Amino acid sequence: MSDIKTNGPVLAADGTPLKRSLARALRVEKTRALMLIAPLLIFVLISFIIPIVSMLFRSVDNRIVEDTMPYTVAALKTWDASSGALPDEPVYAALARDMKAAAEKKEHTRIGGRLNYEESGFSSLFRKTGRAAKKFDLDSGEPFKAKLIDIHKDWGKIETWKIMQTHSVDYTNGYFLNAVDMKRTPDGAQMQDDDKRVLLKLFGRTMWMSLVITGMCILLGYPVAWILANLPARQANLLMILVLLPFWTSLLVRTSAWKVMLQQQGVINDVLVWLGFIADDSRLIIINNATGTIIAMTHILLPFMILPMYSVMQTIQPSYLRAAKSLGATNWTAFWRVYFPQSIPGIGAGSILVFILAIGYYITPEIVGGNKGVFISNRIAYHISTSLNWGLAAALGSILLAAVLILYWAYDKIVGIDNVKLG
Amino acid sequence: MANTQNEDAFVAFERVQKSYDGETLVVKDLNLTLPKGEFLTMLGPSGSGKTTCLMMLAGFETATHGEIKIDGVSINNIPPHKRGIGMVFQNYALFPHMTIAENLSFPLEVRKIGKSDREAKVKRALDMVEMGSFGGRRPAQLSGGQQQRVALARALVFEPELVLMDEPLGALDKQLREKMQFEITHLAHELGITTVYVTHDQTEALTMSDRVAVFDDGRIQQIAPPDELYESPQNSFVAQFIGENNTLSGTVKQISNGKCVVQLDNGEEIDAKPVNVSKVGERTTVSIRPERVEFDKTRLHADAHTLKAEVLEFIYMGDIFRTRLRVAGNDEFIIKSRNAPDQVRLQPGQQIEIGWLAEDCRALEA
Repeated sequence: MSDIKTNGPVLAADGTPLKRSLARALRVEKTRALMLIAPLLIFVLISFIIPIVSMLFRSVDNRIVEDTMPYTVAALKTWDASSGALPDEPVYAALARDMKAAAEKKEHTRIGGRLNYEESGFSSLFRKTGRAAKKFDLDSGEPFKAKLIDIHKDWGKIETWKIMQTHSVDYTNGYFLNAVDMKRTPDGAQMQDDDKRVLLKLFGRTMWMSLVITGMCILLGYPVAWILANLPARQANLLMILVLLPFWTSLLVRTSAWKVMLQQQGVINDVLVWLGFIADDSRLIIINNATGTIIAMTHILLPFMILPMYSVMQTIQPSYLRAAKSLGATNWTAFWRVYFPQSIPGIGAGSILVFILAIGYYITPEIVGGNKGVFISNRIAYHISTSLNWGLAAALGSILLAAVLILYWAYDKIVGIDNVKLG
Repeated sequence: MANTQNEDAFVAFERVQKSYDGETLVVKDLNLTLPKGEFLTMLGPSGSGKTTCLMMLAGFETATHGEIKIDGVSINNIPPHKRGIGMVFQNYALFPHMTIAENLSFPLEVRKIGKSDREAKVKRALDMVEMGSFGGRRPAQLSGGQQQRVALARALVFEPELVLMDEPLGALDKQLREKMQFEITHLAHELGITTVYVTHDQTEALTMSDRVAVFDDGRIQQIAPPDELYESPQNSFVAQFIGENNTLSGTVKQISNGKCVVQLDNGEEIDAKPVNVSKVGERTTVSIRPERVEFDKTRLHADAHTLKAEVLEFIYMGDIFRTRLRVAGNDEFIIKSRNAPDQVRLQPGQQIEIGWLAEDCRALEA
């Protein structure tokens, strides 16, 4: 055989280097494995990953300004906004030229919409100017400065031009600044006006409520997981079905059921009034606020907490508790010093799962959250489908994604991701 | 030897019964006492109730009926953690999230013993099992034998007077097991602790114990020192369970002052010692150890009965020869002979005559 000592690389029986031989033997297996996952991989890539990446790209993409108004952007580069004077005629001429071209292609409303995110009023400014720009005679040589200011007085304001100049870059951090209640100004990043600051509060609320929900799930789930792990197999299976039952019902149906349960004329309030715990005129408000969101989401996310805890607890042998007791520990000490530390990987796995699911939750806060119980994801949905500010939505989404990845990384550092057991 | 009531008994089971389902008794009317310092082994096949007895003593199971006393005080209503009994578990049950030193320190901490005292005791206990340099490791970093030693040290560190061991050597390989048997026995005697040891390995029971209680079907079949148990089993179960044994069945033909003649089913007659038979005509199973069968006629009494036998198989086992014979229609009759220079090696097909001393052949119940 080829285990004769040589100075060169180890050779296989036929004389080829063993490494190459091994690689060739493994290549077939690897190719087969790749072929098996290829359909899913291609599907996910085309229908999921590429759209998401392109969506996230929108959070910095600002090429629309230069694409639509190339001459204005170029002319504005020489204007010094701090001088306190309006731009000169060439800038207005360039604007007139860009507006005429944009109006003919019917693109002037889009750019108006884009700049309107930064300062309301731009939308109508561009619509009005665009309508007039179609009739511009670019070769007449008449001064456009007066003409444009005549069409809309905003063209005579320095603020308008400042905003135009600030947002004429190809790639902007403006959406991200907006996402954290700041704005891009000629003098650098500044806080939004007080009445516009909502997003940081929403981020904070999303984190805080997700923490509360995770905590509730731990409190409610731990005893259940413990019972599950310690019952005889038959009863444990029955209980397991009850735990999994919610998975078999539509999320929407479950959330709607909570709506029936929690509203002021709902089941819970009716029962409490009937039992005399609360007066008919002081029914509890437990829906359309944070309480409603916490109750409904705790219920919905509970199985994700119980399952990992259960699978970890199953591996803790009952003899540990017996050993602790035989060594003189009371029931509580035996649990707290011996059982609980061993169940922490389960709590960790459940918590990270529930927390990550919670901070991105949309449907349940939307239905039972009202104004006070909505999450950042509801705001993202609003910008996607109502305000159509996709850049801001993408920036918010990117921040959320980054938060999840950081959490995941931190968890891996602290607990180790291979300690996570999901059943 | 079954002394039921004893005033200086350290541990006493009095009429203890245990049932899990309310229909069958796992432990039936158990009476057992052991004096201070004794090493008692509970031996029996699985399901014989020996582990249940141990768990009742430890407090993890409650007796359905009867009383268990330590030092004359009933412990039926004392929870396990107040019994102060050291216990070594089958899988060691070392806490995986604590170091070895923390494991040993645990029983001292829950007893609120001061830090310096604790450290001294942990060190002494670890040194006792020759694991002094392993205090900082975790259980998973130790071999099975080392874990075993740590488990033993943990059970002893808080100086209990009674230590229970539930098949503690089951997971070790043969050599290590034999070494640990020796060490555990020595330690127990040195420290003067009372030990109750559960095993299904009869060699372990014989080599380690002061007394062995053989369990079957929820009862103690016999409780005796190892030699007595081996040489004078009181019934067929004990005879079969302890060591290797040949059995022949027949009828008592003649019985007088400690000797009897049994007529086997094929008409041949043998000498035996009546143990569980008392009158002529009774059916009996006689039991004889393979090493007590003699086939050299010169070494038998002149008037001893002999049986015809045919050699079926000769097995060379190194230190002994093991020969399988057909005796009175029984094809599984085994004899063992020492591998000595003058020893005869029997050949298959050879016709021989075998016999034995009457007191080595015990006539038990049918």
